Amino acid sequence: MNARLRATFEEAVLPPLVALAVAFVAGDLLILMYGQAPGAVWRLLFDGTWGKAYGFGQVLYKATTLTCTGLAVAMSLRAGLFNIGAEGQLAAGGFGAAVVGLWLPVGTPAIIAVPLCVMAACLAGGAVGAVPGVLRAKFGAHEVIVTIMSNFIVLALLNYIVSAKLHVPETLHTPAMHAGAVPRLSGVIAGFHGSAANWTIVIVVAACAAAWWYLFRTRAGYELRAVGLQPDAAEYAGVRVGNTWRNALMLSGALAGLGGVNFVLGYKNYYEDGFAGGAGFLGIAVALVGRNHPLGVLLAALFFATLSQGGLAINAMVPKQIVEVLQGIVIIAVATSVPEVRRVLRNAAGKLAGGRA
Amino acid sequence: MIIPRKHAFGCSRPCTESMASRLLAMPRPERDCTHFMRKILALIGVLLAVHVALQFVHPAGAVAAPTGNALDVGIVFDLGGRGDKSFNDGAYIGAMRAAKELGARVRFVEPGEGSDREAGLRLLAAEGMDLVIGVGFIFTDDLTSLAKEYPNVAFAGVDYAVTIDKNGNAVAPPKNLAALKFREEQGSFLVGAMAALVGNSKKVGFVGGMDSPLIHKFEAGYRAGVKQVCPDCEVIAQYAGVTPEAFRNPGRGKELALSQYQQGVNVIYHASGSTGLGVFEAARTLDKYGIGVDADQYKEAPGHVLSSMVKRVDNAVFDAIKRVADKSFTGGIYSFGLAEDGVGYVYDEHNKALIPDAVRQRLEALKAEIVAGRITVPSTK
Repeated sequence: MNARLRATFEEAVLPPLVALAVAFVAGDLLILMYGQAPGAVWRLLFDGTWGKAYGFGQVLYKATTLTCTGLAVAMSLRAGLFNIGAEGQLAAGGFGAAVVGLWLPVGTPAIIAVPLCVMAACLAGGAVGAVPGVLRAKFGAHEVIVTIMSNFIVLALLNYIVSAKLHVPETLHTPAMHAGAVPRLSGVIAGFHGSAANWTIVIVVAACAAAWWYLFRTRAGYELRAVGLQPDAAEYAGVRVGNTWRNALMLSGALAGLGGVNFVLGYKNYYEDGFAGGAGFLGIAVALVGRNHPLGVLLAALFFATLSQGGLAINAMVPKQIVEVLQGIVIIAVATSVPEVRRVLRNAAGKLAGGRA
Repeated sequence: MIIPRKHAFGCSRPCTESMASRLLAMPRPERDCTHFMRKILALIGVLLAVHVALQFVHPAGAVAAPTGNALDVGIVFDLGGRGDKSFNDGAYIGAMRAAKELGARVRFVEPGEGSDREAGLRLLAAEGMDLVIGVGFIFTDDLTSLAKEYPNVAFAGVDYAVTIDKNGNAVAPPKNLAALKFREEQGSFLVGAMAALVGNSKKVGFVGGMDSPLIHKFEAGYRAGVKQVCPDCEVIAQYAGVTPEAFRNPGRGKELALSQYQQGVNVIYHASGSTGLGVFEAARTLDKYGIGVDADQYKEAPGHVLSSMVKRVDNAVFDAIKRVADKSFTGGIYSFGLAEDGVGYVYDEHNKALIPDAVRQRLEALKAEIVAGRITVPSTK
């Protein structure tokens, strides 16, 4: 047991810790380069995020969306597939939820409306994810290309539908939903007043637990991971690889789509063109730093949400772009300490050395 | 991705190990890894020590977060942010002028995603800024709700979209919220007159972006301006599309402009975002003229941009700050037209040579008549 714990520590905890330490020092240097005192800037960042109930609420809100897109990317990576379409799937999920919320009659009880909207979000995201899944399973089309391109198609299509058919004049959003709104956390915890944190966070944490159960405690999840490690071996062992790929990308899309309910049901109660705002792409970083583990994704989402909200707070003293640089540094630091990347680097170095000798 | 049962820091066994043994729980060699792990932990320790040490560095000139009782102004930009050479930059210029002339202390927030817009406004409002400005119509909802929540803070929204109720009347914004609107039709009127007078071919052109009421306002003013100086002139007006994509389609803009120029048009006014770059491209190809919009677009095609209908966001922002400074700020709809220097046309050393003095005098006379209220410019088709 001791050895197992230590293995977990080395695999899952050390790389993000190294990344964090590197990011702290790099951040210090950047702040100094800008002529400010690091101590003061970090304090401002802390005060604007975890230091105040409002700031913490904003962190929770942002982390909710990022957890979904992070889970989506992690789910596909576990199957050995790279889903870069989370951005479009997230938008499609939000749109699906908003349309169902609009279609339901006014006064539909929340107990019916909310599950319907959540299901719509998952179905919409899953449908977008199913396309690259089926193309991969049936025709071997590379999922990276298909998912990247699906972003453009989905976002442009939604943009057209909203701006040409469904928007409130002079805005880029749909009318407000008739039913399905999820209350904010500030209703229970007064300190959260004003922040967008809402009860969809419970749904998302449950999804996180479900994803863990699926991946590590079910036969389908075991097959998914086996396919991710070595598709040929998995096939030899009797796993239907094509179906597993399709299911993985569908699930991935559904998880990303679920993220849309955070904005649509929990915050604005309408779909707004461009609400995804890069959260789908940031999901790739969340999955990477979270080491493709649902719990890790949850923590990584909190971390990136903190940086994002903290960027607004420190805007008074240093440019917000500093946090974007920090994000990049963390991603690079984690990526280089991931075993696969290290192996590739080592092999490359070995080849170089061999070539010279 | 994580492969179970394997070390993070290069301590894995060689890749030749079989698939099955990787999937199954197998004992791992341990000895060399302990050494590696110590190194990593030492690295983390050193980095954290450096980090802690750096916390005590205070460079000369480092500022504390602004406090005090000077005039504090917060501005939240739209997602495009600064450097768009239009809206956001205009707001920035206006704010910097206020900083210089009125001693205002200005803070800027650049949102990274949709929910940051409200967060940015709230951050500034909660800090007790005297005036909080949102740049762009997209802030409309957030400004309305925050203005109600912070009745003691003044808010202003550039291009704030005023709600129209069922009877067609404008719904007044909250008492502490100023909607900064522009009468684009008045500026368009003047460039319409300019196009007809300079073009001198009985035909003038208009290229709109998205076919929508907002752009119809530009077209209506332009048409009226043309008819004012040349009643028998024909206006050829075309739109690039019906979606926001129509504001980003230079190819389509060039196509429309080329066909209009070939029908005998000499001057085209565009209100179409970057689609207009195609209009200028066509003007350069056929040696004709285009008229820019929003900001001075002379540099897009020097010698072929007759003028630009400018929206002076800087003046509107400065005006709002000034009202707060001399305590005359009240909420409501502020409309910036020719009289307030909120819209206008560019006439400077670059395009002076393109506009004859007689035309310039005529335009100034028309401007005076609009300001005096003797000419009313329509804002709908």
